[in-house]
Amino acid sequence: MHIPLDYEILRVIWWGLLGVLLIGFTLTDGFDLGVATLLPFVARTDDERRMVINTIGATWEGNQAWFILGGGAIFAAWPFVYAIAFSSFYLAMFLILAALILRPVGFKYRSKRESKGWRTTWDWALFVGGFVPALVFGVAVGNVLQGIPFRLDDDLRSFYLGSFLGLFTPFTLLCGLLSVAMVVLHGAAWLAIKAEKGVVRERACRIGTLAGGAGIALFAAGWAFVRFGGLGYKIVGAVMPFAPSNPLHTLVAKTPGAWLDNFIAHPWMLIAPVLGFAGAAAAVLGIRARREFAAIAGSSASALGIIATVGLSMFPIILPSSLDEHSSLTVWNASSSHMTLFIMLIATILLLPVVLGYTFWVFKVLWGRVDTRTILASHDYY
Amino acid sequence: MDLGVVDLSRLQFALTALYHFLFVPLTLGMSMMLFIMEGVYVMSGREIWKTITKFWATIFGINFVLGVATGLTMEFQFGTNWSYFSHYVGDIFGAPLAIEGLMAFFLEATFVGLMFFGWEKLSKGKHLLVTFLVALGTNLSALWILIANGWMQHPVGAAFNPQTMRMEVTNFEAVIFNPVAQAKFVHTVSAGYLIASAFVFGISSIYMLRRKWMPVARRSMTVAAAFGLLAALSTVVLGDESGYTLTDNQKMKLAAIEAAWTPEPAPASLTLFGLPDVKNRTTHLAVRVPWVLGVIATRSFDKPVASIYQLVAVAQTRITSGVQAYDAVEHLKRNPDDPAARAVFAEHGRDLGYGLLLKKYVADPRRADAALIEKTAWDTVPNVPLMFWSFRIMAFTGFFFIFLFGAAFLLTSLRRHDTRWLQWLGVIAIPLPWIAIELGWILAEIGRQPWAIDGVLPTALGASSLTRPELWTTIVGFTAIYGALAVVEVGLIIRTVKKGPYTADPEPDRPPLYPNPDAGPRRGFATPSALPAE
Repeated sequence: MHIPLDYEILRVIWWGLLGVLLIGFTLTDGFDLGVATLLPFVARTDDERRMVINTIGATWEGNQAWFILGGGAIFAAWPFVYAIAFSSFYLAMFLILAALILRPVGFKYRSKRESKGWRTTWDWALFVGGFVPALVFGVAVGNVLQGIPFRLDDDLRSFYLGSFLGLFTPFTLLCGLLSVAMVVLHGAAWLAIKAEKGVVRERACRIGTLAGGAGIALFAAGWAFVRFGGLGYKIVGAVMPFAPSNPLHTLVAKTPGAWLDNFIAHPWMLIAPVLGFAGAAAAVLGIRARREFAAIAGSSASALGIIATVGLSMFPIILPSSLDEHSSLTVWNASSSHMTLFIMLIATILLLPVVLGYTFWVFKVLWGRVDTRTILASHDYY
Repeated sequence: MDLGVVDLSRLQFALTALYHFLFVPLTLGMSMMLFIMEGVYVMSGREIWKTITKFWATIFGINFVLGVATGLTMEFQFGTNWSYFSHYVGDIFGAPLAIEGLMAFFLEATFVGLMFFGWEKLSKGKHLLVTFLVALGTNLSALWILIANGWMQHPVGAAFNPQTMRMEVTNFEAVIFNPVAQAKFVHTVSAGYLIASAFVFGISSIYMLRRKWMPVARRSMTVAAAFGLLAALSTVVLGDESGYTLTDNQKMKLAAIEAAWTPEPAPASLTLFGLPDVKNRTTHLAVRVPWVLGVIATRSFDKPVASIYQLVAVAQTRITSGVQAYDAVEHLKRNPDDPAARAVFAEHGRDLGYGLLLKKYVADPRRADAALIEKTAWDTVPNVPLMFWSFRIMAFTGFFFIFLFGAAFLLTSLRRHDTRWLQWLGVIAIPLPWIAIELGWILAEIGRQPWAIDGVLPTALGASSLTRPELWTTIVGFTAIYGALAVVEVGLIIRTVKKGPYTADPEPDRPPLYPNPDAGPRRGFATPSALPAE
């Protein structure tokens, strides 16, 4: 079969698509995670909580599909990353899955019984399902930036030599909190648009303002940590963008400060961190002025900027090994074969626009504020 | 390689997959039935059909979310627990999973919310379209998952690349149009339709027996009987199609199911009953029907069906050849251009997986002696009694449902819904299809052992390098969460069933809301207090 795009270009495209998936997940499911985290704090009575849950009740399932798709797409395009990241972060992954499992059932089962104890239990399940994944995702990204203690043997089998508690360092916790701040800001902006005008929306706006401020501070602190904390890895051996995927042939060394090299070499990339800061600031201002669209556009831009900052600062490295110079995964050594990347690209080009099209239509049908009176009058709502 | 870790990883996969598979088939079938019921509503315009659709949709929803929740675990478990498997075959196996997300899961997940919340927001026709898209999504999802699973049973269109130490795709079309995958898809989806039919039929039977919500129950029975008959017939017929494909691709699985230890002249007989004896490699008290297996399995009168002894002999040759392939790969690791090693690999590469089977006993397969090779060849035989009995119980259940739904279809067509024995049979039959599908899964997966990928990657090599405490933590954790959720889900379904489709149930002494002209004399109906209608 003739493949019209060369291997290097396909690898870069799939690196970009990995980013698109992460951003798609954060922009859609991110506000679900944020709203679930906010639930016990912005809504106190049962009616209030039902209103909050119904702002995301009809769409969270489709949003979560980004997570499933992310798993499948990493498996298909970056099998090394899929195999090594998830087995290394084994117990952290279990925490994320256990928390996310509580979410579908929490949404569906909460409204099935009237008792207070029942509903409060599911409210906390939903909170855990929002807060824990947001925190652990951030911690995981922090660990990737620090380097993961794994190595590959000559069969390319991976061995992880770290521990679960070792995942939590000051830097990775900082990343975890940044991730929580990001989704809480996004969730608050969503509630500003979607919740009926009243006390719940006001509380969400107040917490959103705080989360936006915290996000800006944490992002700045993270930047400083990377700059002065000696983080960074770099390919020091030959760069082979066309070689078969085999990490053993790449030499990657720990190089303090190297995570900022790309921004120095290509200053246009600074758009990403600027977007991270400016977006959060715009979101805070939007929330304060009750300009909901400015708020959600700002929180979306901020999330996009922060994720892009991490991706660009590491490029072309994807998962650096802190133990072995010949095990790190990069864009050039961890992908699927040339043919699989091409076939999956065709599938994505054909199907992703369809997905985006109907997702847009569903959001359009369900557009409008959720108000308590409608919920109380109908049996269709949660 | 720690075999304890491998066994625990297998245990966790089996637990989570069997659990996931309790909910998914019901989702598959019920989404289709909802589309049929709502279709009748849209075409006839009668409100009772909307009531019926919304009632079953409520139960569908309770079941659906657990399928989704437990599916999360499945999507990531290959990476967390089977990381070498993921590396080794991700180039092929990952693609159908990604396409499943893109083409199928997105569809069902995006529209399922609108299906529940869109009744007031959409026109009748548009809502029906949404329900259809949910059903389409769930069924496409099964297609892509079974293309992935079919490839594990019969790995076509791929070859080992020594430079990357993994399997890589050579022909993607072959992967998609894999005959094993196609047969598995239609069989599994039909089984899902059967489960949903049995579920709807059984619960409607309970209502009929208790003389509650009969307008809903009668109509649901009619739909379930017709849909169930089609489902039962196609499950059995297409299951036979799966059997047919086994003869080409998975001879060992078929031999184990039949406990066919020694060769038999064509056409082979079918063993109805027997006691497989693994130790002495024979089957006691076998009751055989001449010719039947040979005809089913080979679609001919002259082709023999391979026996276990013959297949073990083949495995032994392939292991010997695989050791040479292994040696060639070890040379190619150091020098990818070594011409001698490349020549050896070209000749023996297809047996590499057989060589890897020896790694269970020796770190370096080249050190294995003839005795070890013979012992390892016998490892390629899966658990014969388990295969033998799982298959017979599964197949018997299939035939039982042809009878049940055949009778149900006849009686409901004659408007004899109120046949008591049929209703009782319907109630008793509710759990049976679940037993059959779980056994079907066991047949497919245990029958493939010792392979994760048939002939390519032994299961024992696929596991992640985890520790036993890590595995026990997650096994206990998943069991606790899944156990609690199972209790909650069953409780909520019972509650919904008790609550019924509508609250204003007509009093028994008043004329019913939907008069039933052919209702016979009422026998032993429950008083309203027998079923609290909250």
